[in-house]
Amino acid sequence: MSPARAGPGLPRTIASHAILLLVGVTMLVPFVWTLSTSLKAPGAVFEKPPRWIPWASRTYAPLGDDGAPVEVKVLREAPDGGVRVKVAEPGPRRGEVARVEPGRLTREEGPDLHPENYPRAWRAYPFVSFWRAYANSLAVALIVTVGHVLTSSLAAFAFARLRFPGRDVLFFLYLATMMVPGAVTMTPTFSLIRAFPDLLSRLFGTDWFTRELVIGGSVVGVDSYFALIVPRLFSAYGTFMLRQFFMSVPRELEEAARLDGCSTFGVYWRVVLPLCRPALATLAIFTFMWTWGDFLWPLIVTNSNELKTLPLLLASFQGQHTTAWHLLMAASLTALVPMLVVFLLGQRYFIEGIKLGAVKG
Amino acid sequence: MPRARASLTAFLFLLPNLVGFLAFTAGPVLAAFLMTFFTGDFTTRLGDGAAPGAGGGGGISFEAGFVGLANYERLARDEELLRYLGNTLFLMGTIPINVAFSLGLALLLNQGLRGTTVYRTIFFLPTISSGIALFLIWRWIYSSEVGLLNAVLASVGIDGPSWLSDAAFAKPALMIMGLWIGMGGYNMVLYLAGLQDIDPALYEAAAIDGAGPLATFRHITWPQLAPTTFFIVVTNVIGGFQVFDQAYVMTGGGPEGATTTLVYYIYDLLYIRSDAAYAATVAVALFGLIFAVTVANWYAGRKLASGAAPA
Repeated sequence: MSPARAGPGLPRTIASHAILLLVGVTMLVPFVWTLSTSLKAPGAVFEKPPRWIPWASRTYAPLGDDGAPVEVKVLREAPDGGVRVKVAEPGPRRGEVARVEPGRLTREEGPDLHPENYPRAWRAYPFVSFWRAYANSLAVALIVTVGHVLTSSLAAFAFARLRFPGRDVLFFLYLATMMVPGAVTMTPTFSLIRAFPDLLSRLFGTDWFTRELVIGGSVVGVDSYFALIVPRLFSAYGTFMLRQFFMSVPRELEEAARLDGCSTFGVYWRVVLPLCRPALATLAIFTFMWTWGDFLWPLIVTNSNELKTLPLLLASFQGQHTTAWHLLMAASLTALVPMLVVFLLGQRYFIEGIKLGAVKG
Repeated sequence: MPRARASLTAFLFLLPNLVGFLAFTAGPVLAAFLMTFFTGDFTTRLGDGAAPGAGGGGGISFEAGFVGLANYERLARDEELLRYLGNTLFLMGTIPINVAFSLGLALLLNQGLRGTTVYRTIFFLPTISSGIALFLIWRWIYSSEVGLLNAVLASVGIDGPSWLSDAAFAKPALMIMGLWIGMGGYNMVLYLAGLQDIDPALYEAAAIDGAGPLATFRHITWPQLAPTTFFIVVTNVIGGFQVFDQAYVMTGGGPEGATTTLVYYIYDLLYIRSDAAYAATVAVALFGLIFAVTVANWYAGRKLASGAAPA
């Protein structure tokens, strides 16, 4: 097929748009469907065939003051030709039963949206607050993002711009670990984290490390913020990626800064970092995405409800409320919001990052 | 001594990362290999007091001790493992389809049509949303009674299966979802970048030679994209070996183990069966597989491509 600038002919343009639109719709339909489900009344979720816009037909009877229509539910037809109805409108008269002539009932069809599903979904988790999990996920993701970019950039600066004995051997060691799958390091790290409180307490002769925290979980070890955050603060990948960028900063700039009296840290902080802002943003965005979605590691290192991150909470929901799809969909959509915001704001950095090989592996 | 000072400065820059790297990457990699020669769940041996650590680890006692190659012998006879490896490979069957779709979409988007950015953003939405929340959405889509997919099938007169609880359909269900998530994501963006890097002079030369679109694709686009394809296949295979989250959330590894992947098995051994040593052995075997596939791909890639692979 021809390259971009040639410009396809009209039939091909139309055919291309047709395919792209079809794929685009396929990509969007599940999201629209989820949104629709999240706004439905519990009964409407199981309607067949399913409706895209939550819909309901309501029946009204002239039971209000001066015969004003009041929403009712039809119970059954009375033997004398009348209809027994129950008031369905919220208020003091709810549940009241009355008899109405069938001809006086009016029917109305219309959209039936239930935005209150959202607050209900957030309250639906037993023993643990949805927002606590949300805050856990956000806090962990933000701390890991800042810490990971910081440690990676410091090490990358050392590898790219400084000379020290053993540099190349050490860098090769970093590279060598990049191909090792997470499952390999997970097993010993899990054992290490589990051993941590005991080890540290013995080492320092205190029981401080084996305590439980007031805010939930322990200080270090399994079931701690330490376990959720600290192992994620370092990576060979982040160091490697930033090093490639730092190498490309011209030596002359560094020398000029040093002539002006800049220290080594000054070169790092005032020259190299500002020049590599796009690379830092890219690494930050990917780190945020990985940590926000991280599942297996939090799954094995947390026990208590207070420590649950959002993915863990969502996964626990499904077992308990298998039929409350409208609530589950509301919770899922709420969970997607931060990533969508990050993506729409930083799309450019995503694209750059992918070209640099920032693919999870 | 400016040299020593410079080394000290460099060391200080390196320190935070190096500590973490040794404790959470290099150390565990080494430990994982060592664990494969032992047995039992190391973690439960902790804190039981009296016994001093075998390796001076201050309280770790390897009471189960050294077992030599026993874990590897178990690995060779492990029929469960073989089955889960089969599952994992089966699920990776979508990789060629995914690559083809991604390339097709990239070619369509590379024509400079209107709305290219909008399309690209929409195609990327599943990738960006990928995770537990999205898998739950797909559970709902696959729901046999009221799910969207079976409703669509019913509208054309097909009686849809119970996707996630039928052993015959659970794997295809995960694969369809994987295709939906993946085809407009990383691979497509990589192909778009690859297409934009192709020298326009090559296409001009082909046009002068009177090459049609198919011949141009076969003799210019495809070979020029070889490094990109190579990179995509390698990363997808590496990623495919490590599937866990969707199997855990959507099917729980079932029905009857039909969607238990290798990493799922490792999780199960480590966390449910408390068999850390064997979990480490399976993990090391997984690493061996990934290493072998990467090296094989690398040789194939070198044959395929005259240029260097990206990144």
